[in-house]
Amino acid sequence: MEALYAIAVGVLTACGIYLVLRGRTFPVIMGLTLLSHGVNLFLFASGRLALAAPAVIGESADPTDPLPQALVLTAIVISFAMTAFVVVLALRAAVELRNDHVDGVDPEEDWRP
Amino acid sequence: MNHLPVLPILLPLITGALLVTLPRLGLNAQRFISLGATVAGLGLVLWLGSMVLEHGRLVYALGGWAPPFGIVLVPDRLSVLMLVLTATLAVPALIYACRGDDDAGAHFHALFQFQLMGLNGAFLTGDIFNLFVFFEVLLIASYALLLHGGGTARSRAGLHYVIINLIGSALFLLALGMLYGLTGTLNMADLATRISNAPQADQPLLQAASLVLLVVFGVKAALLPLLFWLPRAYTAAAAPVAALFAVMTKVGLYAMIRVFPLVFALDQPLAALTAWQWLWPLALATLALGGIGVLGATSLRNMTAYMVIVSTGTLMAIIALGSTEALAAALFYLVHTTLLTGGFFLFADLIARQRGAAGDYMVVTAAMKDRRTLGILFCFGAVALAGLPPFSGFVSKAWMLQASLAEGAAGIFWPLLLGAGFLMLVALSRAGSKFFWRQSPERDHDMRADRVRLACVIVLVGAGLVLSLAAAPLMDYTRSVAAQLMAPGDYVRAVHEAGLRLTGGH
Repeated sequence: MEALYAIAVGVLTACGIYLVLRGRTFPVIMGLTLLSHGVNLFLFASGRLALAAPAVIGESADPTDPLPQALVLTAIVISFAMTAFVVVLALRAAVELRNDHVDGVDPEEDWRP
Repeated sequence: MNHLPVLPILLPLITGALLVTLPRLGLNAQRFISLGATVAGLGLVLWLGSMVLEHGRLVYALGGWAPPFGIVLVPDRLSVLMLVLTATLAVPALIYACRGDDDAGAHFHALFQFQLMGLNGAFLTGDIFNLFVFFEVLLIASYALLLHGGGTARSRAGLHYVIINLIGSALFLLALGMLYGLTGTLNMADLATRISNAPQADQPLLQAASLVLLVVFGVKAALLPLLFWLPRAYTAAAAPVAALFAVMTKVGLYAMIRVFPLVFALDQPLAALTAWQWLWPLALATLALGGIGVLGATSLRNMTAYMVIVSTGTLMAIIALGSTEALAAALFYLVHTTLLTGGFFLFADLIARQRGAAGDYMVVTAAMKDRRTLGILFCFGAVALAGLPPFSGFVSKAWMLQASLAEGAAGIFWPLLLGAGFLMLVALSRAGSKFFWRQSPERDHDMRADRVRLACVIVLVGAGLVLSLAAAPLMDYTRSVAAQLMAPGDYVRAVHEAGLRLTGGH
């Protein structure tokens, strides 16, 4: 399970970083989303992976660490809100700058005669 | 239990929440509430400061939950310095905004309060995940404040700023995940104990976590490879927002000098940390780049943004030396540079308002009506910023040069610091002569400078003189801050004892 989990986190993070480095805002936002998913899974794993172990003390003989779940919850709330914000911001920038490039200029447009 | 330590967080939170929820509150009422809360906040942090001076350090367990499991606020001398600095900068910036800038978009005052809440929280907390949360609070408020007023320049700068800070937040969480996975705690004092007792096998991962944290704080502080968002963002922001942002880059620096000496260097010298060794070359490169940027800036606002980068480079380089004396000198310079650059963001706006279409761009235009008052003020400000006597820039620079000499780093640091100071002087005199001496023969601009705005600028630029007159007590204070930071064992002990007290000694 650890290997599968690690590969999933790695793939999500790698795809996220690749997309964040793109030039248009939509892939960048997708990249931020993937990156935050990767990070959330990573945070979750910091309490170690366990099967059938509830995060409530007294419910089972070997409860799992509840703190990473609280941390992930905070991180999810923040990253979800920020994704919504950055989508709105990117839309506004696209309308105002008349293109969807992160730098606000369309590199192909400049070459047109 | 005394609840004073949590009030600098609660006051702006409640004020901001009131400002958002009270329906159809007039702008004047909003200004009154916001300004009242900010001034009260200044009084509050001064009161907290007197308590901290008395006890050296307070430990406040939120909700009575004992550390290391509950979240603690640990106001100490460094926190107080940063809190008072923030509040001192916030009052003139807010008064300046009340003269019209707050009308350019919705919820300016609420966002301003949330920004203060995030800043105060970050300076107070003793829990590293809580530090992350307050970073997010201040960042989210700053995203909206940066966009306040709208326009293409702000949208473009805002997009960069938001994206790079979101990536920074993701990296922060990665570092925290690593630290929690290895130590099982997030309380900074407890982390310090566990990291100093960590098995050899954990060292590579701990080092990786510390380097990721360096990147995160480097983004906030604008350290070299991570600073390219700053000039555009600070140039585009509304003037009072940019002035408040002058203290935002210092949050990155604060986080570095709070986290690294305590969490990673409890049982070894600070200079032996890998992260700290990276800091020195990066800081020097930042300093050099900032100097060149100042010279190449096209507007006064842009130039001030590059001066923020120069100050980051200087501060990082001097703290990279890792000695108590160097740290004390850096803290003195931090106070000076934050107030002065904040004042200059406002000043650039004041000048731009009187030059019509030319704004604060360095072009020759018709003469300003108030050129004498503004010119004299500009001259004082420029001399203070460039680090010439008799202002605080000179005092702090001389102290930093002395401290670097004692560490044997003068060979590289002196030429760079003095060179950057020289470039700043050249750029500022060029700007001054364009603004005040060379005028096109058209009729003078007939706009007078707004008296209240002018007073705000005078207060912040005048801080340069006040700081140099009151240099001795402030130097003593920054020395005591540095001494406290360099003895992280006391911090750990204080938090541990507070935990024992709360659990009844078990």
